[in-house]
Amino acid sequence: MLDGTHALFYLGPLAVSTTVVTTWGIMAILILVSWVITCRLSIDPGPLQIAVEGIIQAIHAAVSEILPQRADTVFPFVATLWVFIGVANLSSLVPGIHSPTGDISATMALALLVFSSVHWFGIRIVGLRHYLKHYISPSPILLPFHIIGEVTRTMALAVRLFGNMMSLEMAALLVLLVAGLFAPIPLLMLHIVEALVQAYIFGMLALIYIAGAIQTLEARHPLKEEES
Amino acid sequence: MTPISWFVLASTIVALFAMAVGIIAPANAMGKAICTALESLARQPEAEKSLSRTLFIGLAMIESLAIYCLVVVLIVLFRNPLLEYLLK
Repeated sequence: MLDGTHALFYLGPLAVSTTVVTTWGIMAILILVSWVITCRLSIDPGPLQIAVEGIIQAIHAAVSEILPQRADTVFPFVATLWVFIGVANLSSLVPGIHSPTGDISATMALALLVFSSVHWFGIRIVGLRHYLKHYISPSPILLPFHIIGEVTRTMALAVRLFGNMMSLEMAALLVLLVAGLFAPIPLLMLHIVEALVQAYIFGMLALIYIAGAIQTLEARHPLKEEES
Repeated sequence: MTPISWFVLASTIVALFAMAVGIIAPANAMGKAICTALESLARQPEAEKSLSRTLFIGLAMIESLAIYCLVVVLIVLFRNPLLEYLLK
């Protein structure tokens, strides 16, 4: 029961787990909220618009600090990761809802997204030939290490988020079992901090991986595409 | 004692020891990292932004070692693949 992996209901032969339902619910809520907010933007903003603009500006500042030239290209992806993982991590504070990031399939999917987006941004910005060349860049001997590094850092991303979220939930549950009803409240406060920190770290690492794929190449090859 | 209770005993002891020993190295490393970061922060307070960002990333990397330990221990405790041989 602790993880969301058991099937909630069946769609034909396909088992739909709690994780999937929660993920889609969070996605629907995020889309709905952002749609409602953006549909009446004004020059003279209300408190809600100011709050959302503040979040977006903070994210944009963090992205452009690491990738000053390409901030606008990478910003939507990293901002989505940050907002989604933050909300998903915090969602387990709601009674009866398990955080989707406490399920290793969900975090693995997010990590695979990061893995493929590194290649996507790398190839899109520097071109396929230059991108592939960086795998054998100092010497071809390093090719296996590059490949191992790609795989292990993806695994590490997934396992880090999963382990943190699952262990937090499990720790709160164990304290509840051992101590009683109100004892886990300090742990839940720790949960809020930890959830935001883990979301920050996941997005930041994704950003750094993407920046690594782009910048090492940019330093070596003068770019053919300068418009963005 | 039956083999299954030996198994339970062994996996419990191994799990506790693995957690205890596995936390030591990451704790040392995190302490060292924070210590060095604070030292350089005291010397160059204007580098606070990039310093704290790098510190966060580094701490996350170190922390994931302890998390790996926890995940392996949980696998040993709850989903031990070797249990099949015993139950067959």
